[in-house]
Amino acid sequence: MSSTGVVVDDLGLPGSGNAPADHRPGRGHRRRRPPSVPPPALAAAGRVVSRAGGPALAVTYLSLLVLLPLAAVVAKAFSGGWSTFWAEVTNPVAVSALELTLVLSAIVAVVNSIAGLAISWVLVRDDFPGKSLVSAVIDLPFALPTVVAGLTLLTLYGVNSPLHVDLAGTRLGVAAALLFVTLPFCVRSVQPVLAELDAETEDAAASLGATRRQVLFRVILPSVLPSVLAGAGLAFARAVGEFGSIALISGNLPFKTEVASSYIFGLAQSDDFTGASAVSVVLVSIALVVLLVIGWFRRRFDIPDTI
Amino acid sequence: MKGSRWRLPLRYGVLAYLALLVVVPVGAVFYHAFSPGLGKAWDAFTTPDGLHALVLTLLVVAVAVPLNTVFGVGVSLILARQRFPGAWLLDALIDIPLAVSPVIIGLSLILVYGHTGWWGNWLAARGITVIFSVPGIIMASAAVSLPYVVREVLPVLQEIGTEQEQAARTLGAGPITVFRRITLPSIRRGLAYGVTLTTARVLGEFGAVSVVSGAIAGKTQTYTIFISQSIDNLEPQAAYVGAVVLCLAALIVLSLLTLTDRNRDAWHGKVAT
Repeated sequence: MSSTGVVVDDLGLPGSGNAPADHRPGRGHRRRRPPSVPPPALAAAGRVVSRAGGPALAVTYLSLLVLLPLAAVVAKAFSGGWSTFWAEVTNPVAVSALELTLVLSAIVAVVNSIAGLAISWVLVRDDFPGKSLVSAVIDLPFALPTVVAGLTLLTLYGVNSPLHVDLAGTRLGVAAALLFVTLPFCVRSVQPVLAELDAETEDAAASLGATRRQVLFRVILPSVLPSVLAGAGLAFARAVGEFGSIALISGNLPFKTEVASSYIFGLAQSDDFTGASAVSVVLVSIALVVLLVIGWFRRRFDIPDTI
Repeated sequence: MKGSRWRLPLRYGVLAYLALLVVVPVGAVFYHAFSPGLGKAWDAFTTPDGLHALVLTLLVVAVAVPLNTVFGVGVSLILARQRFPGAWLLDALIDIPLAVSPVIIGLSLILVYGHTGWWGNWLAARGITVIFSVPGIIMASAAVSLPYVVREVLPVLQEIGTEQEQAARTLGAGPITVFRRITLPSIRRGLAYGVTLTTARVLGEFGAVSVVSGAIAGKTQTYTIFISQSIDNLEPQAAYVGAVVLCLAALIVLSLLTLTDRNRDAWHGKVAT
């Protein structure tokens, strides 16, 4: 038995019928369990995994795939000392890529939050034939591979645009790709809250003489605002790290359309791992801070975790 | 705003936004894929490099998805049923791939398993190539899709509690029987949802895979990389047909998600719990 088992044992109440540890119901007192005895009733399935060193195995898998490699990124970023890290991060191309990423992600989060609110409104309050189809369309960017998303946008808004709107190699094109991939976050975090909103409150406000505008700005918007912000945060975090959908349409022009993840990709392709790692550390830190804030926000305002 | 004069403009505004951003672009890809004729489309689909890339992607799915499913169910059971020091940390760390750009996941794998990486010499001495090879592609795909099963299964396990499992145990069922007859049926929908999300993510992964794959046509080119390189090589027809294949896969995924959707119940039912 691993140390894990010992911890659980210590939490057990000897003699109680549903003791979480080494006690079979009805058998009562703590006794040394021979290895062949089946695990206790509570958490039977979980115990099977733990017998095989479950937590250790899980941590090993996670470490091999994610934790150790990310530790290597941090180590690589600072392998030349703080000054090298700083030089890599403040390199004009890197600064420009990071700036573009943050500014575009913020703009996209704001635009899609407004669009998301409007879409949620139509999905919840409006009714027309084919509404369920609209709902399915919103999930499409979730399911669609990012490269395909990029290709679809390039087809319509690229060099050979049938609409004569050529966004290839422009910041607007990058923004369009980000709008596409972040759309579901902004709708799916607002929609359930709007659906839950009590129509009685609105009726009460209206019967007390509130105008429609007042109901909208004093009753509805304050109730959905936390979830709109949570959706915006998720969209921002996603946009900051986005790569696949942007790759085709942006053209990766330094100082113009090169976002941070494309910059990191370019450095990694040319074996400049120190530079790539340094910018990665900055990018990951930003995304983590945003996600921590959203997590706090969700708990603070009791926003359902629907994504 | 029931029946207000804003209702119709809002409805058509929303429909126009979705049309311009999602529907028309996706439709345009289908149009371009098939407009030269079905025969041409079939030829573009059956190029050796394209088929090889498709098979490689399916192979990656066949390895990475089961790995992450076993990991996901195992970790969910551990986190839901056991108390051990650092459980909260494990819970938090699982979400990391959602917060990190896939490009960085790819880069991070190179730094450990690449030939100049931490374990590069050790692996090279044993003749194992990970980066710029299929194992690296599988690892990158597994890393980015790691959280999905846990995120779907863990809440279900926490919600159902252990009463039924306890009852089964007192009636003499062994741990494997309990898992097969009690636990698995209760997490079935969540598990199906999580596995579908994982599959969709692995099928469509591009960023992490393109960093570690080396993108050698006919060797380490996955289907998404094949699509992207077809554009670079000015073979748009192959790219469009490939995109249609992945679009259809996405549509299948969407319908599976709708079938097993537990979130949608939450959206329309009780929410603020």
